[in-house]
Amino acid sequence: MDIFEKLKILADSAKYDVACTSSGVDREGVPGELGSTSSCGICHSFAADGRCISLLKVLYTNFCVFDCKYCVNRRSNDTPRAAFTPRELADLTIQFYRRNYIEGLFLSSGVLRTPDDTCERMIEALSILRDEYRFHGYIHVKAIPGADRVLINRLGMLADRMSINIELPSQQSLELLAPDKSKTSILKPMGYISGKIQENTADIVQYKNAPKFAPAGQSTQMIVGATPDSDYQILRLAEGLYKKYSLKRVFYSAYMPVAEHSLLPSVHTKPPLLREHRLYQADWLLRFYGFEAKELLDEEHQNFNPALDPKCNWAVNHLELFPVEINRVSYEMLLRVPGIGVKSAKRILTARRMGSLRFEDLKKLGVVLKRAQYFILCGGKTARGLRITQDGILRGLLSERGMQMLPKSFEQLSLFPDQNRNTTEDVRKCLTGQI
Amino acid sequence: MLNRPDLIYRYDGSFEGFLCCVFESFQRREIPMDIRPEGEGQMSLYPERYIDTNPQTADRVFVSVPLKISKAAAEFIADAFLSCMEQKELYLLRFLRLGYRYGATVMNMLANDTVNALFKAVQFLKNESHYYKEFIRFSEIEGVLISMIEPKNFVLPLIREHFCSRFSGERFLIYDRTHRMMLAYQPFEAKLIPVDDFQMPEAEAEERHYRDLWQMYYHAIAIEGRYNPKCRMNHMPKRYWGCMTEFANQPQKARLKGAGPAVLGLGQESDKF
Repeated sequence: MDIFEKLKILADSAKYDVACTSSGVDREGVPGELGSTSSCGICHSFAADGRCISLLKVLYTNFCVFDCKYCVNRRSNDTPRAAFTPRELADLTIQFYRRNYIEGLFLSSGVLRTPDDTCERMIEALSILRDEYRFHGYIHVKAIPGADRVLINRLGMLADRMSINIELPSQQSLELLAPDKSKTSILKPMGYISGKIQENTADIVQYKNAPKFAPAGQSTQMIVGATPDSDYQILRLAEGLYKKYSLKRVFYSAYMPVAEHSLLPSVHTKPPLLREHRLYQADWLLRFYGFEAKELLDEEHQNFNPALDPKCNWAVNHLELFPVEINRVSYEMLLRVPGIGVKSAKRILTARRMGSLRFEDLKKLGVVLKRAQYFILCGGKTARGLRITQDGILRGLLSERGMQMLPKSFEQLSLFPDQNRNTTEDVRKCLTGQI
Repeated sequence: MLNRPDLIYRYDGSFEGFLCCVFESFQRREIPMDIRPEGEGQMSLYPERYIDTNPQTADRVFVSVPLKISKAAAEFIADAFLSCMEQKELYLLRFLRLGYRYGATVMNMLANDTVNALFKAVQFLKNESHYYKEFIRFSEIEGVLISMIEPKNFVLPLIREHFCSRFSGERFLIYDRTHRMMLAYQPFEAKLIPVDDFQMPEAEAEERHYRDLWQMYYHAIAIEGRYNPKCRMNHMPKRYWGCMTEFANQPQKARLKGAGPAVLGLGQESDKF
């Protein structure tokens, strides 16, 4: 099989992995050698589905001994199989990298024979890149669950970021759909890696040239919509992972039906893209806006409002905290105003030192007044001509798509006093003979 | 009191030339109607004055910026001068006047119209230079990596360090078609050279092989069920597509179905594999 065919098969089987970021580590190039990394990450292209292509995302092989029901590469699935050789993979990465197609390599793999065996081959490919070709670009590697610690160690030394996918957000779901995996088999190596990263950070403080273990941290991924887990469960789990294992990112992946199975949603269900989007918005609120999961959702409200984004939703339910005076309010509270993001909040802090800000000024600073105006005062005044009612706020905050989601109710305006009007309710009562 | 004569300054288009215009404006206590590089813009009925470029004068102005305003302001005006903003010279002159008056705090006056307009221009410049770090595509031809770009802002000085550090052991050329400038690098020196006309040489077989691999990969990695062209366009505006390998010689899809060595090449050249 030639490289063209292999790449086609192995890219196709890797595409359901979401993570394709190249962020988290800043490394200057080395004179005479190839590659550098940038902490903000660089996306090199965007696929037709709008997702970024930053790394060459491939599986080392799509042969797999596991039989996870949600996965395209499960043992029982009839699909073309292929495997790279370490040299092929390294050459391909270098040639793509030199042409500025990619920022580095994202290497994952099905489990070929045993986890250790698979891990060793991946290590071979990566060491050709790092040691032989002196490649300093980004490498993201998936740890293979169940592999020996020594091998995980070696992988971490070669890679910038490591990840282990949780895939399903609860133990029950895992038991149902991934009988070969368990919560502990996933969380244990995750804990081990985060321990190594911390240990390594301490070493680097002491010895400048200590070898670095996964300097860009670790990430994970969860499938949304394959199982009945609620947004609240997912978000709580993500929050826990950020705190306990200091993960850099948790990715959410709307379940794409790839297999017909009695335990899974049918093949014809659409992927829950909007739900995924809401989870990402909430994830950002956790990481950059100082929110906690329990503020956004609770036992009564287990899922996000599809029509309204989580921040607006929170603000509308906490109108007692608003409006806030732009020229005095703290940074933490500025971040909580819908229509103000991290950048515009920082700009407000800078600009208000020079003088009192007006609504026109806020617009120049990049605040989305359409949303923010209901929650702020400038110099003690609301925006001109604005009437604040709960209904009006909702209309202002909803996007066109959100408006369509609201139940439609039309009402004929009347010139005559209200009591003479037949309301829909009256009509219904008439029809059912309740009068 | 400043004079506001009906007068247009012309200068040679260089940063030094512009600084001399600033000097002139201060020396004569006047603010011109406009400052334009020579040979650009419409002829106007207003009188023009040509400002000679004098390195000593330019230096005098440039040294004063970090002293009287701030280091950040000096970097800021150098960046803003690379942007494609209309009348950037006039805005920069106003910015400098504000700066000499208010000192370092001018950089915080984000709500001021002049400062705000310049900040937006610099933001556009930086965004565009980041886009080019992402979307530049090299072709290897006789061992040299060659690329062509068409930016609105003059981004070459901003992406120079990134590529020189990343491809430190390579030789590469980046040609900016809009500004007719070329960034040429070989270990370990880089140069910006004005080049009037430059054509991409024909690609060799190996180069075409990698282009095909990349195009195939680009299509294989997308998930059909999530097709979202609007999102793609938001992240990767269409005006960059012209110079990108993944969209070159489009009738791709038909060829991909039977992917394999026999269909690798493009039409008549496929026998070279």
